[in-house]
Amino acid sequence: MTLPTLSRANVAALAFIVAMTAGLLAAPLFLKTYGVYLLSLWALNTVAAIGLNLTLGYAGQISLGQAAFLGIGAYAVAILMKAGVSFWLGLPAGVLLAFAVGLALGFPALRVQHHYLAFATLGFNALVFLVIRNEEWLTGGNFGIRVARPELLGHSLRSGIDYYHVCLAVLAVTALLVWLLLRSPWGRAFACLRDNPIRAESLGIDVRSYTLLAFAIGAACAGVAGAFLAPLVNFIDPSPFGLVPSIYLLLMVIIGGPGRFFGPFLGAAIVTLLPEWLRVADVWYLVIFGIFVVALMAFCPGGLLAVPEKVAAMRAARRSARGSAAGQAGARP
Amino acid sequence: MTALLEVAGLARAFGAVRAVGGVDFAVEDGEVFGVIGPNGSGKTTMFNCILGQLRPDAGRVRFGGAEITGARPLALARLGIGRTFQSLQVFGSLSARDNLIAAAQEYVGTLAGRLLAAPDAGLTGRAEALLARLNLAHVADKPAGSLSYGQQKLLDIGMAFMSGARLVFLDEPAAGVNPRIVGEMAAMLRALKAESGATFVVIEHNMDFVMGLCDRVMVMAEGKRIALGTPAEVRADPQVLEAYLGG
Ligand SMILES: Nc1ncnc2c1ncn2[C@@H]1O[C@H](COP(=O)(O)OP(=O)(O)OP(=O)(O)O)[C@@H](O)[C@H]1O
Ligand SMILES: [Mg+2]
Repeated sequence: MTLPTLSRANVAALAFIVAMTAGLLAAPLFLKTYGVYLLSLWALNTVAAIGLNLTLGYAGQISLGQAAFLGIGAYAVAILMKAGVSFWLGLPAGVLLAFAVGLALGFPALRVQHHYLAFATLGFNALVFLVIRNEEWLTGGNFGIRVARPELLGHSLRSGIDYYHVCLAVLAVTALLVWLLLRSPWGRAFACLRDNPIRAESLGIDVRSYTLLAFAIGAACAGVAGAFLAPLVNFIDPSPFGLVPSIYLLLMVIIGGPGRFFGPFLGAAIVTLLPEWLRVADVWYLVIFGIFVVALMAFCPGGLLAVPEKVAAMRAARRSARGSAAGQAGARP
Repeated sequence: MTALLEVAGLARAFGAVRAVGGVDFAVEDGEVFGVIGPNGSGKTTMFNCILGQLRPDAGRVRFGGAEITGARPLALARLGIGRTFQSLQVFGSLSARDNLIAAAQEYVGTLAGRLLAAPDAGLTGRAEALLARLNLAHVADKPAGSLSYGQQKLLDIGMAFMSGARLVFLDEPAAGVNPRIVGEMAAMLRALKAESGATFVVIEHNMDFVMGLCDRVMVMAEGKRIALGTPAEVRADPQVLEAYLGG
């Protein structure tokens, strides 16, 4: 067996992971209850965005319905817990349900692409939202459902910090599993289906199966996030699972950089935490946020993690332009 | 020798345009079969009808004696039929090496098994060997989209061979390639053929390339086969001369 080579990029990623982990573990020392809650929310949003990044960034399938899967995970857990089922049984049930519904949502993607697919997934999200809101007998409608914090090995997770640690662990496990998946031949097949599905098919790559899997796995990640979100907020109602939250999840992926592994971490941080920091700006918050997103898309459509490459490319272009200008100047008599 | 590929009465129209108007031919196992003809004579349409990109209006296609008419591209790939498209088709964001691995990984194990397989599905060695054969070893780690046109073209051809296909269709492999490299490419194809034992069907406009590489050549004009024979026979055929000079 050969050891993995430690390239500069690998070392940088490793250093980043270590620093981030240390920072996240130390953060509660400096934060009040609300700050710890926000970081927990960031971790779960990141989990859902990692899933969407797989579907959209790696496999190239646009989805505007990610919040619906968050809702499926959250309501599965809440409804089952209300019926007396343990959270730890509700969790796999919610994730499996999200996976299955995600698989079903993949079918339109086999027929339509791009903006048609965007609308199909948006319509799906609207449908799930309406079911959650209107089927009061099951979901409590707008009154919602109370959800208690679960226990882990007999230890209550009622404390915000304990539950924060659970959210971090969920993020770590999801990120690791998705990373392993992306490294496997599946990851390469996803990239092929994003780059050129017709060529992929002619090379024996089963575009159908991989498209469905890309949706289902992305949905399952959101299911995980939703299942842990319900006990985090102690109470769920339909509002976090509508169209606007789906757009925010999409923004997390786009802002961080689609198809970049750490994109969702950064994107979720910006979308989750920025509103809090910009609270002073009050009503101007959305304006500032909107301008930031527009500027980012105009300057660097590849997202924030693409900015260093973009800057390097611009520098190189300027250098070569200056070089050729100098060459011409020198050639002049 | 037995026929590896048999095509009978293959036809396909686009509205009033009879792009392919009933073509018959058979490709022997192990030969290099050339297809030439003026622009718009239906060569690519014929490929796409055989290879599942287009549904033929009429006709039959058999591969190794089995009916494959109208089969989907995925099924044909799995039967061991490789191809390139007339336009360049590589996976631009993947490295050259990953393009070759992608072209063969689905032939290793099962779909579920590949989730747990080694990242390269055990194909790095084969990919490196093919990259060396294609003179692409020095760009193995570069994204395919950043390579020169000629390099991408070579990679595209390599991908059609990577899975060990028995029958490989190439649509204008030499088109747009630097004339200096065209000779090199013919030599490479000959070497690939010697190693893989694959049978080729090659569309090409470059006559030197076709005449040097092919065992037999079929000439098409206006969707019909107008000649079929050895390069020398075809070259001497008055109908062929007319199709190219007249028209
Ligand atoms: N998708 C399509 N829709 C309508 N007409 C088409 C289509 N594809 C091909 N044709 C027409 O069918 C005819 C045959 O085209 P085809 O591309 O098969 O020719 P070709 O022999 O490959 O030409 P070239 O040497 O230029 O590649 C042409 O008249 C072309 O305009
Ligand atoms: Mg053509």
